[in-house]
Amino acid sequence: MNTNPPLLELRNLTYSYPGQKGSLLQNINFTISKERIGFIGPNGSGKTTLFQIIMGLLQVDEGEILLHGTTIETDKDLFTLRKKLGFLFQNSDDQLFSPTVLEDVAFGPLNHGATPAEARNISIQTLEKLGLKGFEDRITHRLSGGEKKLVALATILSMKPEMLLLDEPSNNLDPATRERLIKILRSQDLPHIIISHDLDFLASTCAQLYTIQDQQLIRCKAKQIHSHEHIHPYGDQPHQHGT
Amino acid sequence: MIDEPFATGSTLFHKRDPKIKIIGTTAISMVLALCTSIPVAATGCIITAILLSFSRPNFKLLSRRLIQVNIFTLFIWITLPLTYGKGETIQLSFLNIHLDGIRMAALISLKTNGILFCFLALLATSSTSSLGHGLEKLGVPRKLSFLFLFTYRQLFVIHQEYLRLQRAAKLRGFTPNNSLHTYQTYSHLFGMTLVKSWNRGERIHQAMILRGFNGRLIPLTQPQPGKADYYFLFVMLLISLFLAGLSFVSVSQ
Repeated sequence: MNTNPPLLELRNLTYSYPGQKGSLLQNINFTISKERIGFIGPNGSGKTTLFQIIMGLLQVDEGEILLHGTTIETDKDLFTLRKKLGFLFQNSDDQLFSPTVLEDVAFGPLNHGATPAEARNISIQTLEKLGLKGFEDRITHRLSGGEKKLVALATILSMKPEMLLLDEPSNNLDPATRERLIKILRSQDLPHIIISHDLDFLASTCAQLYTIQDQQLIRCKAKQIHSHEHIHPYGDQPHQHGT
Repeated sequence: MIDEPFATGSTLFHKRDPKIKIIGTTAISMVLALCTSIPVAATGCIITAILLSFSRPNFKLLSRRLIQVNIFTLFIWITLPLTYGKGETIQLSFLNIHLDGIRMAALISLKTNGILFCFLALLATSSTSSLGHGLEKLGVPRKLSFLFLFTYRQLFVIHQEYLRLQRAAKLRGFTPNNSLHTYQTYSHLFGMTLVKSWNRGERIHQAMILRGFNGRLIPLTQPQPGKADYYFLFVMLLISLFLAGLSFVSVSQ
């Protein structure tokens, strides 16, 4: 029996868009400690909204969010929660706002009390870990889409979070960068929740799958063997698919 | 990104602390702005031009800036001699040209260019963001310096959104001409640009809050003024004192 409170717990969350009838999410209960979880589901079912609720960007109608067993109530609690949970946006352009990569990656540590020298060191180390050595003085908006995604990830990892929330991280990535991201996520010793429509990506980064159906968060059944028709280049050659 | 073509370089002026440069610019341009005699304005203009030459600006870019600003002074030269002043006039066919007007136009042109030289030599040689942080260090209220820094960032975001929409319109065969359709399209583009950059700004704000932002931007590099900076400040203050003294002399004469 695990006596430690879970890292993150959602209790009876209900949310509806302001000015709209009916709720988008109804009575959501969910806990996560060390798991690696994937969220799938149609567009508009409330996955991103749920992330924004967890991060305190949206106010719920009812319910509470607990971090390590304590309810998030004050602004100070939110400040702590936002440091411990790293949220990677769907669109990296919204996440990168400093002129240079180094300034952007150092932004979080500086706000959390690191001295400029410490922030610089943490940022350089984080970039190195992600294979982005030498990117420090690059201009953020001139990076390619894949580079932007990895730098955005670095801006979050530099805050040393305890968990990651990733919103469609594999969108618009070329196969090589996608593979690189999978490797990074697998090598991080961090629990995460990933929203994605890319089932192969989820299969290689997550152990459990959840979906939102009828305003409820439902755990999907474990993998079932199935086959389906598919098409891709050089499909007539002997080949293997990702697990 | 809005280019800062004068901010790259390694001259004496580029290396100076932004705070020092802000104080120097304020002192010199204040004296120039308030002076009322042509000789003082001319001296100031020459001194600032010498300062500017030390910062080694790109000549082509410099002349473009000078032309842009002097288009405004050109209007002054066209209007003031015909309308300003009561004293002597010169009759030029059917035009009455006032000498006072010519003097005033000359004074305004000298002042404008002097202040422009001063800004180009001192402020344009620092990046906008370091100037913003410098302002904060000098005691400008945090909200104002933040507003300055973010207006600058946001201008770029708005410009980017506009270019994106304009491209989308162009790709669907939009060629502007003098028609209702063109004006309507432009008003849509303008409206959408505002809405989209507003939304984008809001998302960027969220991203900042999530990374612990609480209203204060902490710069990664915090330059400390050194000995050379203080000497530099001394020279700048000396120049402004000299110009101020000169205007007193010319007034008393």
